[in-house]
Amino acid sequence: MDTIQFILNGMMREALSPQTAAVAIAVIGLNIHFGFTGLLNMGQSGFMLLGAYGFAISIWHGLPMIVGVLFGFGAAFIFALVLGAPTLKLRGDYLAIVTISAAEIIRYVGRSALLVDFTGSAQGIPGSQYRTPFANLSFFGSGQFTLIPFNYTDVADGAAWVRIIGWLVAIAVIVLIVLRFRSGGAFRGIAQAAGMVGLLVFGLLLLFFLFPVPQQSTGVNGWWVRFVAWILVAVSTLVVYLLVRSPWGRLLRGIREDEDAVRSLGKNVFSIKMQALIIGGLFGALGGIVYVLPASVQPDSMGRSLTFFCYTALLLGGAATIFGPVLGSVLFFAARIGIKYTAAAYVPDSIMNNQQTEQFSYIVVGVALMLIVIFRPQGILGNKRELRFNV
Amino acid sequence: MKSRHVVRERSVARGVAGLILALLLAPVLAMISSGAANAVDTLCLPSPDKGCIAGTIRTEDGPLADVKLTITDEAGTATEVTTSDTGKWNFQADTEGTYVVKVDESSLPKDLDVATGTVTVVTKFGVTKPGLLTIRTANYSDSTSKADELVQSTVNGLRLGLLLALASVGLSLIYGTTGLSNFAHAEQVTLGGILGYFLINQHGLGLWFGGLVVVLLCAFTGWFQDRVLWQPLRRRGLGLTQMMIVTIGLSLALQYVYQYTVGARTVRVVQDNPSVRSIGPVTITNQSIVAMVISVIVLAAVGYALLRTRIGRATRAVSDNPALASASGIDTDRVIRLVWIVAMGLAGLSGLLYALVTNGIKWDSGLQILLLLFAAVTLGGLGTAFGALVGAIVIGLVVELSPVLGMPGDFKYATALLILILLLLVRPQGLLGKPQRIG
Repeated sequence: MDTIQFILNGMMREALSPQTAAVAIAVIGLNIHFGFTGLLNMGQSGFMLLGAYGFAISIWHGLPMIVGVLFGFGAAFIFALVLGAPTLKLRGDYLAIVTISAAEIIRYVGRSALLVDFTGSAQGIPGSQYRTPFANLSFFGSGQFTLIPFNYTDVADGAAWVRIIGWLVAIAVIVLIVLRFRSGGAFRGIAQAAGMVGLLVFGLLLLFFLFPVPQQSTGVNGWWVRFVAWILVAVSTLVVYLLVRSPWGRLLRGIREDEDAVRSLGKNVFSIKMQALIIGGLFGALGGIVYVLPASVQPDSMGRSLTFFCYTALLLGGAATIFGPVLGSVLFFAARIGIKYTAAAYVPDSIMNNQQTEQFSYIVVGVALMLIVIFRPQGILGNKRELRFNV
Repeated sequence: MKSRHVVRERSVARGVAGLILALLLAPVLAMISSGAANAVDTLCLPSPDKGCIAGTIRTEDGPLADVKLTITDEAGTATEVTTSDTGKWNFQADTEGTYVVKVDESSLPKDLDVATGTVTVVTKFGVTKPGLLTIRTANYSDSTSKADELVQSTVNGLRLGLLLALASVGLSLIYGTTGLSNFAHAEQVTLGGILGYFLINQHGLGLWFGGLVVVLLCAFTGWFQDRVLWQPLRRRGLGLTQMMIVTIGLSLALQYVYQYTVGARTVRVVQDNPSVRSIGPVTITNQSIVAMVISVIVLAAVGYALLRTRIGRATRAVSDNPALASASGIDTDRVIRLVWIVAMGLAGLSGLLYALVTNGIKWDSGLQILLLLFAAVTLGGLGTAFGALVGAIVIGLVVELSPVLGMPGDFKYATALLILILLLLVRPQGLLGKPQRIG
């Protein structure tokens, strides 16, 4: 019981962590590229790294934070222009190869010993160099708190039956939410929408009740950075929701389905693809900035693997859906930690040592990615008919 | 019709299940077979309350064993350490601070020139700091002429290019016949090196026989993959984008299977250091020469097969137009199966040779050259086997020559990728591709 509680607590902590939120924002951007427009961007980590570098280097060299954010966005904007100009007129594979190569070039340049004064070369930029202005904005004060002070230990001393009932209810609520989303009518009409929001809030409160996560208020990796990160996720989701409902969003889907048809309607396909690449890239940069806030700017932690994790999260949640990226990222990170902790707790050390549980969790991630694409390409929330995209 | 569809779905499920089982079992099997670990030098492992200083004493001829070093801390306490058989030494620092490392010149063999004999290291808890001492043979001169350097780098570039060519020809053939960009190709390269480590280093098979077994095993993985994964997916009509993401998943899973089985360390196929010979200005290991000869022979054989044999012509026909090839009586499935087998065998050979000439292989060695492979294939023209060959040689030369021609050494891979992007601007179909291939 306690082991299970420990594993679930760990999953909860990982699901809430600012880096999960950061990847969710990057995946929201990737969803514009891959899900809505059908652009095979294999260099999302490059956009993230540029955003992080723009932000961290500016502050490190004494510029105000807002300028740092603008520099991050600016770098991603230029990167998208440079990448898109030669490749968006070619077949999709070319964009994939060019973006993955360009993202690697950024990483090699960042690692270079020549730029040690700017990028800190392979060691990266420690978080202490750029974190202060952000932490100073915090109005959470110092100290430590748990999100809702009332948790399962307050009911019958946290007896097993309280928790088991709680877990069952939580599972039921989650399944209900997913089913409502999938049926498509989640937000049709005010009553439906209100019911949905109520269910979501109840589900979240229940999870906080069952898995209390104590954290520092401000600190390096505390509630403040989590709060900001998840607010940004919510804002990004809202922006994408409004974007894809607009005529512009319909054009994106038109390009994904049949580029020539859109072109024959007199639309400038190249320009629209470029806009999509830029907007998705800006979300990537924002994700990169959030990603490094609780940590440090490490070029090697933002390489190809991160892009691949973004794809796994996107396909898990459901490409071309609004909430798919967020759900996918949360599930991806929570499930990975869950696998790791479970393997560590139940598989004896002689068969799998601590380091190997980490690697085992990534093997499962890889296999899961294959399985999702083969058996459920639309992910959890997606619509199979929407995902007949091809390059 | 419907029942046939169901059968296909089942065969996909069975194939995928088989593959996953194999993937998940691989660590266990490899662990059973790996046996006793190698004897490692007593290592200082940094922990939160101690730091390490480590280094290697070697000349350009090789490592020096039994060299004594004196390490003095701030308080003036001196500790003596001795280098191991591989010239490695390390020291455990119990306090953070400045340490002076000095080589004891009387313990060195004669006729050596100590360029840097004393070095100051500031230790930090939890990290290993390098203590860099430079010792050279007396007749060493570090001013090699630019021309010599150029020749040496060209040879190195050709060597890398040939190894890349082995892998990229297969990548290109797969792309040509199926349209799939196989991201897991790099892991097949790593597989060659790692199988070489297990069979030749751990199980003591002879280099030639072991190498043959490695290539055959890798070729078998090609057959196996196509049988259980790619063919069912093709029949199912899975889109190319989705298939590409499947290869990414496979690549991730395989990378961590390797890391799981051999860890993050570099493993070697043969234990002893390769013997070196000098031809004019070029210094090259014997293994490299043999590797280059093997690559040339194999590549020539592949080229001959593609141009002159029936099955080679069939392969090129499928590359050009699968529907038309199928209509004219070519069994496309058989051709694609053969392409997978050959491609994986070549990738395995490439990985084995790569491990031999670069003195070892790591779980991410393949990953590091994956982009060079893609660059080679795209540079030559997607889907053209001979283009991949040309592209690979160009990429190999660019990587090795760019530091000589003034690019900073850190950027040698970046230069190759930059050239790829620039070439796509002016000639998107690649060097040998036909313009109409662009959609």
